[in-house]
Amino acid sequence: MTARTLFDKVWDRHVVRDMGGGWSLLHIDRHLLHDLSGPPALEEITRRGLGVRHPDLAFATADHAVSSSPGRDGHSSAQGAALYDALQERSAVAGLRFFKLGQLGQGIVHVMGPEQGLVLPGLTLVCGDSHTCTNGALGALAFGIGSSESAHVLATQTLRQRKPRQLRIRVDGQLPENVTAKDLALHLLSRHGAACGVGHAIEYTGEAVHALTMEERLTLCNLSVEFGSKIGMIAPDDVTFTYLEGRPYAPTGERFTHAVADWRALASDEGATVDRELRVDAAEVTPMITWGTSPDQGVPVDERVPDPASAPNEAVRQSWQQALDYMGLRAGAALAGTPVDWVFIGSCANARLSDLRAAALIACGRRVAPSVTAWVVPGSEQVRRDAEAEGLDRVFEEAGFVWRSPGCSLCVAANGERVPAGARAVSTSNRNFVGRQGPNARTHLASPAMAAAAAVTGCITDVRTLRVM
Amino acid sequence: MQPFLSVTGAAALLMQRNVDTDVIIRIEPLTQVPREQLGRFAFEALRQGPDGSPINGFVLDEPCFRAAPILLADENFGCGSSREGAVWALQGLGVRCVIAPSFGDIFVDNCFQNGLLPIRLAREHVMRLAGFCAKGAAITVDLRDGVIVAADLHIAFSVDPLRRTALLEGLDDIGLTLRDAPAIDAWQRADLAARPWNWPAPVQPVKEITQ
Repeated sequence: MTARTLFDKVWDRHVVRDMGGGWSLLHIDRHLLHDLSGPPALEEITRRGLGVRHPDLAFATADHAVSSSPGRDGHSSAQGAALYDALQERSAVAGLRFFKLGQLGQGIVHVMGPEQGLVLPGLTLVCGDSHTCTNGALGALAFGIGSSESAHVLATQTLRQRKPRQLRIRVDGQLPENVTAKDLALHLLSRHGAACGVGHAIEYTGEAVHALTMEERLTLCNLSVEFGSKIGMIAPDDVTFTYLEGRPYAPTGERFTHAVADWRALASDEGATVDRELRVDAAEVTPMITWGTSPDQGVPVDERVPDPASAPNEAVRQSWQQALDYMGLRAGAALAGTPVDWVFIGSCANARLSDLRAAALIACGRRVAPSVTAWVVPGSEQVRRDAEAEGLDRVFEEAGFVWRSPGCSLCVAANGERVPAGARAVSTSNRNFVGRQGPNARTHLASPAMAAAAAVTGCITDVRTLRVM
Repeated sequence: MQPFLSVTGAAALLMQRNVDTDVIIRIEPLTQVPREQLGRFAFEALRQGPDGSPINGFVLDEPCFRAAPILLADENFGCGSSREGAVWALQGLGVRCVIAPSFGDIFVDNCFQNGLLPIRLAREHVMRLAGFCAKGAAITVDLRDGVIVAADLHIAFSVDPLRRTALLEGLDDIGLTLRDAPAIDAWQRADLAARPWNWPAPVQPVKEITQ
């Protein structure tokens, strides 16, 4: 039998019917719904007079448009109230599991999925959200879809998909101290561009990737779509199995043992070929910060804002210049020391317990600069409770951060929460697009520790220059 | 879905790399506005200043491109968020076809779900079309023949055959897939037997833990 990749193996076992021309009807094992893309999909199948074929394989939670204010309920955000009700009511009618606000399981959909054990190695999983690629960190074939495809999955538990090309990203060596999975992702983006992975499914591999914790892997895979790939996977290993054991929806007992035996065999075979391969030396990665309006416009934090005059071609020169104009930055200026107005620690990229711990280590014993508004939004109800149990909320509050309730919040600014026009934010989220955090808001993407460093110093700061107190 | 055979009209040039779906449609209108009305919110960030005043010179606001059914775009158009509202907003503007060197993968899937034709074309060809269309001259995109016609200029393009047929005939994916129900059932029975751990226990009311 020919050598196959992780992606090939998961794809092959889900083919219900080979449709020819590279297309397959693929079985979908898990379907996650959120408050923005879930209601239109559920509405669509009702409109067609169809039912949800497998309500036991679909799970819903509200994250995008719910308020993150402390003590909120489903109606606290004017933007989200009707969507919250629609998701809750339509889930009840369809008989699928809805995780309410305040209940374990509620949270940013890509934080709660792995955390609840809803995502397992070798599964196919979809959600009406591009960051569904996050779940590939567990060795699942997971990708984002639109509302129409979501309706297709609700009605048929399958999707028509054309097999993408494959891109292997091998990260050799070890990441230096103070360098995170977020920095690795931003480094890859800055080197290879936001369109590098278009049309490809990525597999991340190599010593540095398998040395990452599960939560770090989730961060790395989260940014696959910023690279142009709707799929990013990591072969499951002992880190994965240890992470999953005992999670609410993970198999237990003998079933878990059998599952692990099956999951081990998913790793890419020796000699399996892919369409493209990139190699990266982990030792070259440093703490990163973005300066522009695309996630690939990033540099090591101790470097300067690039000069459009040195761009490789006219199209790139124009995009750099537009980005600098929007961001209010000068070519050649040092990034470190740039004053910051807002700091956001949250999102499906970086709002898990380990992210909050990393930020708290910097915040502990310091104060948020007077000119800065700094928010911490835990990724899920579980993360919120775990963080509070170890006192992280108090560390943040004593330092002057605002400790909030789980949801997408300022990453996507769908719930009325926004960074004000013209304000400069350092954010642990994944997108610095024009208007993403609010019309005319300026976003610099970075790791949780870098964001905390900016909060306490009031400017973009190389986290390596701050001592843990 | 409405079949797509061909379209003739002005082609507006929006040559910016990585135009993301957040720029095509900001998220807040998606929470508030019915999909048929999203067109007026399309490209808000490019056509309005911070105070809501119009930015002069945005291509789709110029008289000869106001109803342009074709958009000429740059690399990685429609990257980012999977929001299908980006396609609905473009359709609300009257756009029926986008021609670019490359597209966001999920955006392409959403286009085909809604009968909007994305055409991948080398940048030099996009620029040649742009030169021809600069003053609003009409071009024709014919999916039946796989050709873009701008006066004497004929540029061939290809679309995945399965998707081409679906567009030409206005096929409905869900309706087609439901015909595969017996194969889906068979797959599920086999998977449940081979890998029972993949199947979560049926939904049971879990203990409510509300704080």
